[in-house]
Amino acid sequence: MVELYLNVVVNGLLIGAVYALIAVGLTIIFGVMRVVNFAHGEMVVVGMYIGYVLWRYFGLPPAASVPIAMVVMFGAGYLFQRLIGNDFVDQPQHVQFVLYIGLALVITGLNAIIFGPDPRGIDSAASFATYRIGPVRIDASRLHAAVAALALIAVLWSWLRLSLTGKAMQAAAENIIGGQVIGLRLSHIFALTSGIGMACAGTAGALIAPLYDATPYLASEFTLTAFIVVIVGGLASLPGALLGGLLIGVSEALAAVLISPSAKSLLSYALLVVVLLVRPAGLLAPNKSSR
Amino acid sequence: MSKIRSGISRRRLIVTGASSLALGMACPAVLRAQTSTLKVGVILPLSGVLSFPGIATRRGTEIAVKMFNEQGIKLDVSFADTESKPENGRVIAEKLIRDGASVIIGAWDSGATISAAQACEAAHVPLVVNVGSAPQITEQGFTQLFRNFPPSSTIVAKGVALFKQLPRGNGFDPKTAVVLHVNDTFGEATGAAVKAVWDRIGLGIEIVDTISYDLRARDLSVEVGKAKATGADLVCPITRVNDAILIVREMVKQDYNPMAIYGPSSPGPYEKAFTDALGKYSNDYLTSVPWYDPSRDITRQVLARWAKEMPGQRFELNSGFGWESIQVVADAFRRAGSSSPADLHAALKTTDIAEHPMDGGPIAFDDHGQNVNIGIPLLQNQNQEPVVIAPAAGAQGKPKLPMTPWSQRG
Repeated sequence: MVELYLNVVVNGLLIGAVYALIAVGLTIIFGVMRVVNFAHGEMVVVGMYIGYVLWRYFGLPPAASVPIAMVVMFGAGYLFQRLIGNDFVDQPQHVQFVLYIGLALVITGLNAIIFGPDPRGIDSAASFATYRIGPVRIDASRLHAAVAALALIAVLWSWLRLSLTGKAMQAAAENIIGGQVIGLRLSHIFALTSGIGMACAGTAGALIAPLYDATPYLASEFTLTAFIVVIVGGLASLPGALLGGLLIGVSEALAAVLISPSAKSLLSYALLVVVLLVRPAGLLAPNKSSR
Repeated sequence: MSKIRSGISRRRLIVTGASSLALGMACPAVLRAQTSTLKVGVILPLSGVLSFPGIATRRGTEIAVKMFNEQGIKLDVSFADTESKPENGRVIAEKLIRDGASVIIGAWDSGATISAAQACEAAHVPLVVNVGSAPQITEQGFTQLFRNFPPSSTIVAKGVALFKQLPRGNGFDPKTAVVLHVNDTFGEATGAAVKAVWDRIGLGIEIVDTISYDLRARDLSVEVGKAKATGADLVCPITRVNDAILIVREMVKQDYNPMAIYGPSSPGPYEKAFTDALGKYSNDYLTSVPWYDPSRDITRQVLARWAKEMPGQRFELNSGFGWESIQVVADAFRRAGSSSPADLHAALKTTDIAEHPMDGGPIAFDDHGQNVNIGIPLLQNQNQEPVVIAPAAGAQGKPKLPMTPWSQRG
């Protein structure tokens, strides 16, 4: 039984790291633009399909598809924001909801048309590989995905802190009018933000493609998980997204063992309710901005 | 304000409106009875988590419509999507009936079928169930319902009886079992049926744990970990295709090698998506489900047409019962000589189709609207194809037990 619990906690932490990367994308878009991306789960699924297509038709190993998914999704996010999204940043929230829900429906429909409803999985050797450390058996794909997700979060966090563009994005997040006053090109900053957010989701999708079979209708699950992670960790907080992701990953896994596998989400939602009651802004919410 | 400006009295307006409404409601029934084409509404999960088997059922349905239309039985079929949400069954059935459907076929999922049955019952329009195994479908007193699919209790009872006859020895003598089942209407009903049948059949295998999981689960590592921790000799998953793939993949990763995997009344493992996704790891998996009888002429005709129109797809349970659902309706329409729902209902009650593709006796419905003549063979995946291994009369291959350990599959 100890072996079971150890495995569950370790695997929960690993999948939590991937949840964190998905949530980072959502939180960065909300943090800078104050836009809630309801199509975020769809971006994850697109990333999964990119991984699948590159493996199935081009013979690329899952690891090689990750940077490609990142670049493709960054480009898609950047273009979407420049061509459509920027016109909606100042719109009322319900108008933004319609845009992103519409985008989600379009992506799901396209996925269904192109790939059909059949589950599309990557049947590589890595899909069945494990590492054994004492009593703990670690899923190789999950470990690779978690390590890559953590590395990407660290790189992104450093880039936002240290680079001039990252600081400009933070400035826009802090005070949008102030940003305009000092000459920030907001349309470019927003497009970059959208690109980074969607790249995070797409990269996470490519990372988990060897773990889960892609189907067009998986997206809502990822969107919901990302929302829970972001709310628990704190809106617009990268460390919050990381903490939230790990907490949700472990709580889902423990609930499955301690209560029932069909009640997997129970602890996550309980945690969400507790956080909303005790610390509504989230566990690691940043200080309130002046915007 | 007792008069409307045009001079029409309020009473006249109400009378005229009510008359128009009554005429509008009556007209479709009159038209339905007179037409030479039967309007059929087919409810299936064509999107969402159940879309894979839903679309497989649609493929079989479409081929049957073409084949019967070529025989002069004109069917005008409209498909409607439940989006894999059981609660949508009723609303969709009501809409199809409003649009003039004289008979409804559906709804693949047990929950959606019960929901649709309520609408059909209220409108007195027959419902022919294509796939849906929850026993309560025919236990709720629906008078308009005709199910050409066995209840899970029957599938489990017949399947487990065949499983019991499998030869023991050579490392195959399971003493303990763990049941994993999806937690929707189908999974809960089948899980309960397994518990009820297990001891009654006297299998001599103790169920040490029953683990339920969510239909939309992306990851079943914990569930398989719990199953492995029981050390059970036999794993009994009650699944659909996606979760069946997840379970086997996790068993490979966790190196869990029971003596056998046996899904009593478990759709999924025989599907192409399963064998394609798992390759060599899909082999040796046993399942009891209704299956087609390849020895019949009509089956050969259907398989030939299927191969021509659906290259690369596998004809299986869903497509087979999709095909038969149209056969049942076409037969009733031909005998009734009318598209009136009442006439079709009367014809359906006297259905007796001897020549049909799926295994079993003639298609005929009892007082509850259940076809009790459906055969349940035992299948095993061998060389990435489902093969009938029992009963001996219709067997295409021999059982391969115990299953080959994952690490020894070349």
